[in-house]
Amino acid sequence: MNLPADLLYTKDHEWLRVEGDTATVGITKYAAEALGDVVYVDLPEAGSAVTAGESCGEIESTKSVSDLYAPTDGEVLETNDAVVQNPSLVNSDPFGTGWLLRLRVTSTDELLDVDEYAELVEQG
Amino acid sequence: MSKLTALHSVHEAAGAHFTDFAGWQMPLRYGSELAEHHAVRTTAGLFDLSHMGEIEVVGQEAAAALDHALVGDISAIAVANAKYTMICNEDGGILDDLIVYRLADERYMVVANASNAGVVLAALKQRAARFDAEVEDRCDDWSLIAVQGPESPAILGGLTDADLGALRYYAIQEATVAGRQVRLARTGYTGEDGFEIFCEPADAVAIWKGLSAAGAGHGLVPAGLACRDSLRLEAAMPLYGNELSAELTPYEAGLGRVVRLDKAADFVGRAALEKCSQEEVSRVRVGLRPEGRRAPRSGYAVLDPSSGAHVGAVTSGAPSPTLGHLIAMAYVDTALSATGTRLLVDVRGTRIHAEVVALPFYSRPR
Repeated sequence: MNLPADLLYTKDHEWLRVEGDTATVGITKYAAEALGDVVYVDLPEAGSAVTAGESCGEIESTKSVSDLYAPTDGEVLETNDAVVQNPSLVNSDPFGTGWLLRLRVTSTDELLDVDEYAELVEQG
Repeated sequence: MSKLTALHSVHEAAGAHFTDFAGWQMPLRYGSELAEHHAVRTTAGLFDLSHMGEIEVVGQEAAAALDHALVGDISAIAVANAKYTMICNEDGGILDDLIVYRLADERYMVVANASNAGVVLAALKQRAARFDAEVEDRCDDWSLIAVQGPESPAILGGLTDADLGALRYYAIQEATVAGRQVRLARTGYTGEDGFEIFCEPADAVAIWKGLSAAGAGHGLVPAGLACRDSLRLEAAMPLYGNELSAELTPYEAGLGRVVRLDKAADFVGRAALEKCSQEEVSRVRVGLRPEGRRAPRSGYAVLDPSSGAHVGAVTSGAPSPTLGHLIAMAYVDTALSATGTRLLVDVRGTRIHAEVVALPFYSRPR
């Protein structure tokens, strides 16, 4: 599996690129492949507060609907309009243009590093 | 432990994602299910349907036994032709929907859904008991490969000795495909032209590979059950467990035409179905066109916009890849089933508007 080493991860198969107190959040390629073709994403409003581990949106594929879990506590700074308009970016470029939202975060202590996440995925 | 088809290793090599379906490990998709869907609509797709249940009914009274067991006029099917029909219980509830192929005067092949093959086999055996006919479980004797889509005649044409121009829709014949002896039928579950190839499991890989190679220049792709579901939904073909169940009659399903009350034979469910045919059903299957982009899914409530009352339930729903908007099928109160009626669907707490539309959503250009 080709996982970017500079990202942090969650057990719910999200990734975070942390820069200062902001984090860009998306779902991993593993999650995108498991979902199948993504056809709709429902993201939280900019300005809203999210709580780690709680649902803050939905990702819908042709066959199913999955919750998007907030990876940390934080405030939503921005959502990715491009992915709302074209949800297939989640499949085609999950670690890049398929990002979902930006959060202002206070703590990233609970997140997994790339090795921990790789181990989690390998264990299935 | 779920069963593997004769093509399992071929699917693995092609990178298939698998799903457990009715006790079988079946390919769900190989890459993008949307791309597979579009391929079937525009070029062709290759499906492994070996989970389907084949049952043969053989003997002097095979036709009479099936006339008694099923709701259709089975004795009227000409040799080398097929019919879409149903098997019902005494109450008129649907046990399964079936394709029945007449292979010879005294030989039929009944193809049941994988999830119902056991129920259908047991019911046929019981119902045929007093006839001079044998009911044979042939599920493990056949693999089933389908090639579906507008390019399928061109792809298959170079690999078979059959005259495809003479093989009409819902016809079947003995033929060779890739040099192997098969039963070749012009049937399918996608809303497109296409063929279903019943072959010996030992021949399945050779036929699959032959078709793959022949289809390479025609845009043929392997296609999984995910796109089969979206294809059949666009074509408004019912799926057992979603649109059909033992709690529903063919009349409620909008498929009363398959019940042949005009046939001479008494058949299981006749009394109940005769009564249904004379009364207006209280609920009926409809097509819905929901607004927005959040698809109604099976089980979601349908509501009357004026009262908020629960008036039905969605049975299947998805974004239609071909049409580019949401589509769904639902059972709703007959009073609210007219085309153009505006309803609401509760999509996980949000009420979305949905209009009743005519079925099918999609018909192939002819």
